[in-house]
Amino acid sequence: MEITVNINGTDHSADVEPRKLLVDHIRTGAGLTGTHIGCDTTSCGVCTVLVDGKPVKSCTMLAVQADGRRVTTVEGLKTADGLHPIQQAFSDEHGLQCGFCTPAMMLVGAALIEENPDPSDDEVRWAISGNLCRCTGYMNIVKSIRAAAAAAGNGSSGADD
Amino acid sequence: MTDTTTTPPEIGGIGHSVKRAEDARLIEGQGNFVDDIALPGMLHMALVRSPVAHARINSIDTEAASAVDGVVAVVTGELMDAHGLAWMPTLSGDTQAVLATDKVRYQGQEVAAVVATDPYIAADAAELVEVDYEMLDAITTPQQSLADGAEVIRDEKEGQTDNLAYTWETGDAAATEAAFANADRVVSLTTHYPRSHPSPLETCGIVADVNSVTGQATLYMTSQAPHAHRTLFALVAGLPEQNIRIVSPDIGGGFGNKVPIYPGYVVATAASLLIGQPVKWVETRTGNLISTGFGRDYYMTGELALSDDGRIQAMRVDMLSDQGAFYADAQPSRYKAGLFHVCTGSYDFGNAHIKCRGAFTNKAPGGVAYRCSFRITEASFLIERLMQTAADELGIDPAELRLRNFIQPEQFPYETPTGFVYDSGDYPTALRKALEAAGYDELRAEQAAAREQGKLMGIGIAHFTEAVGAGPAHTYDIAGLKMIDSAELRVHPTGKAVLKIGVKTQGQGHETTFAQIVAEETGIPAGDIKVIHGDTDDTPYGLGTYASRSTPVGGAATAMVARKIADKARHIAAHLLEAAPEDIERDADKFFVAGSPDQSVSIQDAAFAAYTNLPEGMEYGLEDVTYYNPPNLTFPYGSYVVVVDVDPDTGVWKVRRMVALDDCGVRINPMIVEGQIHGGLTEGFAMSSMQWITFDDDGNCIGSNFMDYLIPTAWETPRFELLETVTPSPHHPIGAKGIGESATVGSPAAFVNAVVDAVAHLGVRNIDMPVLPDRVWEAIETADT
Ligand code: FES
Ligand code: FES
Repeated sequence: MEITVNINGTDHSADVEPRKLLVDHIRTGAGLTGTHIGCDTTSCGVCTVLVDGKPVKSCTMLAVQADGRRVTTVEGLKTADGLHPIQQAFSDEHGLQCGFCTPAMMLVGAALIEENPDPSDDEVRWAISGNLCRCTGYMNIVKSIRAAAAAAGNGSSGADD
Repeated sequence: MTDTTTTPPEIGGIGHSVKRAEDARLIEGQGNFVDDIALPGMLHMALVRSPVAHARINSIDTEAASAVDGVVAVVTGELMDAHGLAWMPTLSGDTQAVLATDKVRYQGQEVAAVVATDPYIAADAAELVEVDYEMLDAITTPQQSLADGAEVIRDEKEGQTDNLAYTWETGDAAATEAAFANADRVVSLTTHYPRSHPSPLETCGIVADVNSVTGQATLYMTSQAPHAHRTLFALVAGLPEQNIRIVSPDIGGGFGNKVPIYPGYVVATAASLLIGQPVKWVETRTGNLISTGFGRDYYMTGELALSDDGRIQAMRVDMLSDQGAFYADAQPSRYKAGLFHVCTGSYDFGNAHIKCRGAFTNKAPGGVAYRCSFRITEASFLIERLMQTAADELGIDPAELRLRNFIQPEQFPYETPTGFVYDSGDYPTALRKALEAAGYDELRAEQAAAREQGKLMGIGIAHFTEAVGAGPAHTYDIAGLKMIDSAELRVHPTGKAVLKIGVKTQGQGHETTFAQIVAEETGIPAGDIKVIHGDTDDTPYGLGTYASRSTPVGGAATAMVARKIADKARHIAAHLLEAAPEDIERDADKFFVAGSPDQSVSIQDAAFAAYTNLPEGMEYGLEDVTYYNPPNLTFPYGSYVVVVDVDPDTGVWKVRRMVALDDCGVRINPMIVEGQIHGGLTEGFAMSSMQWITFDDDGNCIGSNFMDYLIPTAWETPRFELLETVTPSPHHPIGAKGIGESATVGSPAAFVNAVVDAVAHLGVRNIDMPVLPDRVWEAIETADT
């Protein structure tokens, strides 16, 4: 099937098999390998991208379902002005170790901050509870997301609890 | 925080929380993981796995699979056998089937492989491979396996007439028996450390690129030990070692899972050789969970002989390990149960005796040291659970019991009854500091009051001592390879440097911390040092990263090579300053003549001179290599205190507080050390609360995906409060001990002790891991108060 998906602001047209998973389309079709695969059961979340601004596990969506929609991957976070605050915060607060879960964690964090400019520790933990991390114990991921909220000029960066 | 910094932040030596060099690519999605590698003409491989745990293979029909459009080859055991590759050696001296030829011995075992032009086609065609199995009874526990008359699982193995994988024994049996015979009190504990799986979020994978004309094999592999893997590939496949290049690119977590060589790697390599095109194989999550290196699975009975006032006299342990179908533990070859004999822990007593047997079962092989230095996790768990049991039985406070038995600071170096020589420690200070931070006395008062009201709260303590950094060549080898490691340092004329190391990061931050060691020793800013690892053509030899050995061994090699470079630079500086080398001193970043620091030569000046202006007779260049053979292991330790609230009606328990004090010697990068501890504590929490792999009576794996094998999310994971003391290792060049696994080793006992402590007054002495709510509830219901 012919589809056109807007990935990180650029339209990508392709002829894809109807069964092709969005994550495979992103990784091998568009060649954007920052989106990862970690399970077979929609459990780990390392494949998370934003579809029309909302976090979606791209291993559980078909590429054809993304036709005509706007997909943001980790490669789309940085702008001409530089790193997205969430990227800076993950590096500053040691929010990543192996980095395998990181692109997804940052996208979920970025989407959360859009919706909730000053998330509490619990709100961040709930928001990322569909995303596993095997390395960090989540402490510094939560810290990073809250620091990014603060840097975006909205959050209180954890001072309240 | 203890300040161990001697360099300014611009140099970023030891003690600075330098931001990680590896982050830049990872936060932009520019990491390079095995599955990200795409080579021209690359084919894709899918494995056909056994759906059953034990069966004879009558025939394999590959016709339908071969006929699928896009399928290039179907590989079976027969084909591998024709090349002498149907079996391979394990890291513990056993053999393991690459592709099964005679029998399948566990569910998920590799039976065939399909190579196709597209991964979807390979997976589809794999479904079409038809295997005719003749079912055999599955043996799913080591107790069944060693019972009289049990079917022999390893019937292909010459001389094997039962299911015994190994026996092992250490310590002084007679002296230990005598101590038990004379003891006032004996306490015992029988428990199972359940089978667990490291399951890093990136599964295992390979892109094998064998050039059939030149014979050059480039293998991009998820490898924690690329050099050892190169040598093993050469030995197994008979390839000349100079033609094998292993590249371990970015690794999405390892935790021991990526130490062994798995059948998938070997089949993909053979397929690439036979077909003449690159072949990629990336494991599914289910494949990872059901076939690759698991951890633990030890049935343990431990006993302590004590005096009435709680002084330990001896320890006795009897264990049975479930090895699965092949004995494939990754561990030093002379120790059949790893370093389990460190099980005397942090306590000073004279005698110990440990016996262990391992049994084959119809389960996946592996026995990797899952975030652990070879069975130390099990050992630490047993002694720390026994201390709780003894405290409850003798009616002595568990903190007090530990303080009465600790090895005292002045006793170091301390030789344990099983032959370890602990390097350094101050255990009483560590425990007291952790107790104080937790508010121990207040918690005990609160607990007493809560019990009056029928509420259950528990306070769990664990004080662990690890043995890491394997290890001295006279004692430690894996598959004959001595467990040394290396570092090569090249300083370019402009004073920028490249450090090449034999160890391999999987998220621990070597690209940052190893640069910091060089910065400390030479004055070259950490940011000016590029760290290269993982590519065997571009790095010196080493045994890899596991068992917390990177800093103790690779870090030591790095410090030593940096010292050689600094010394040569000092001689060059002497030449530039027209002084004698022995009169030259160095501060953080420059050399000067003692007493006149105004006139100085920077390390960068010396580097430039190394290529332009040398003293008479000195060789050009500023580079060197060091191989480090550690004189001893290092012994990090810690004191953990956990507070839990238990719901008496449901058995659900919640962690209220987790206070973790770690002493890992000198901390190179405190930020990274704390991150390692957070991650380790989470895995300890996971094992104690939810994470295990079980099997039904037919040998079906329960825990074959992330819906059945539970890994804690941010929502369940407790918050951690970290503390530290710093007791340098006296024999490590920079006093560091290693930290990657301490928290996983030490914390499970603290969590379990906390829950048991909450119900101890009801008479409960043990709840096996994972401490599931129904187990707690049942313990409460059946307690005999
Ligand atoms: S790959 Fe695990 S949820 Fe998508
Ligand atoms: S940083 Fe490794 S999985 Fe999250």
